[in-house]
Amino acid sequence: MKSIHALTVEEHRDFEGARLGMWLFLLTELILFTGMFILYAMYRVKYAAEFHRASLELDVVIGTINTLVLLTSSLTVALSIEALKRNSRKLALWMLGATIFFALAFLVNKYFEWSAKIHHGIYPGSQELMQRSLGDVIYFNLYYSMTGLHGLHVLVGMVVLIWLFVLIARKSQKKYVVHNPHVEQLAGSEIAILKGEKDGWLVDKIGDNVEQVEIKITYEPRAGEVDLPNIIKLENAGLYWHLVDIIWIFLFPLFYLIA
Amino acid sequence: MSHHSHNEVHTIGYGVFIFVWLGLVVLTGLTVVISGVHIPKVPVLVALLVAAAKSSLVVNYFMHIKYEARLFKVVLLMGIVTVTIFIGLTFFDVLYR
Repeated sequence: MKSIHALTVEEHRDFEGARLGMWLFLLTELILFTGMFILYAMYRVKYAAEFHRASLELDVVIGTINTLVLLTSSLTVALSIEALKRNSRKLALWMLGATIFFALAFLVNKYFEWSAKIHHGIYPGSQELMQRSLGDVIYFNLYYSMTGLHGLHVLVGMVVLIWLFVLIARKSQKKYVVHNPHVEQLAGSEIAILKGEKDGWLVDKIGDNVEQVEIKITYEPRAGEVDLPNIIKLENAGLYWHLVDIIWIFLFPLFYLIA
Repeated sequence: MSHHSHNEVHTIGYGVFIFVWLGLVVLTGLTVVISGVHIPKVPVLVALLVAAAKSSLVVNYFMHIKYEARLFKVVLLMGIVTVTIFIGLTFFDVLYR
């Protein structure tokens, strides 16, 4: 080894900022769905009787089951975050797995619900639907577009949750990047990673043309040490998932229960 | 330094979440039952009120707004006010046209 340099690496994290960013994104989602809810409300005022009649054609039992499924998935994702914060990785993964299962269950229910309707010839632009009154047509068009957009969000949320499951199940990685100007001094030297005082590994020789040194360390979080990078990701995914739940909380009574 | 306080990990408690979930399930049951009762005009308002109550439980506890800094509450309030203006003005236009 030519020389030994002490490198200081600083980790920049702002969890509050990350959460705030997520909330701002959620507001844009809120506005997106509000537009559709306004459309629904206005047509409901105009075609009250038709909306009422058409809503009776939806299956309240499937709707209620799906509501309970989503509410429970919100609970499990909240428990998963809580478990990860308390460093119970195993419980966090079980709860996250349950959330993914409920998300899938919701989509499967929705699939059967939609296919039953489509089987009866009720879908946007179908001959059967076009013969009915304008109020019915609008009701079912809104039903398909709003629950469809919501279902798309469930799908996206599920994919994000699966990604997080993989991240949490995997050993954590830390990446350190060493930038200029320290790098020129490092040329020709070798990097040693020391673990405690006894163990150490000589990693690699650094060439002359190196501009940046990146060290990726895979490690098992120590007992008592929480998995901060994954916590913030899971928290934000959880926020998204709860928003999807809230939208369903409004969709359910408006489409299935209107009297 | 503030650097530290921004990255603190807050735990709330498993029990709180389970309790909130029970509340949500009860409220869901309530809306389904109420919708079966035929009182004209009332159920829509009640259904929306129950939905609002459920959302407030989700936002406050599951989305931990209750435990967040004031900035988060202000941001959320701004969103709700904006949306209320959208809905209010549209209704004002459509109903009194």
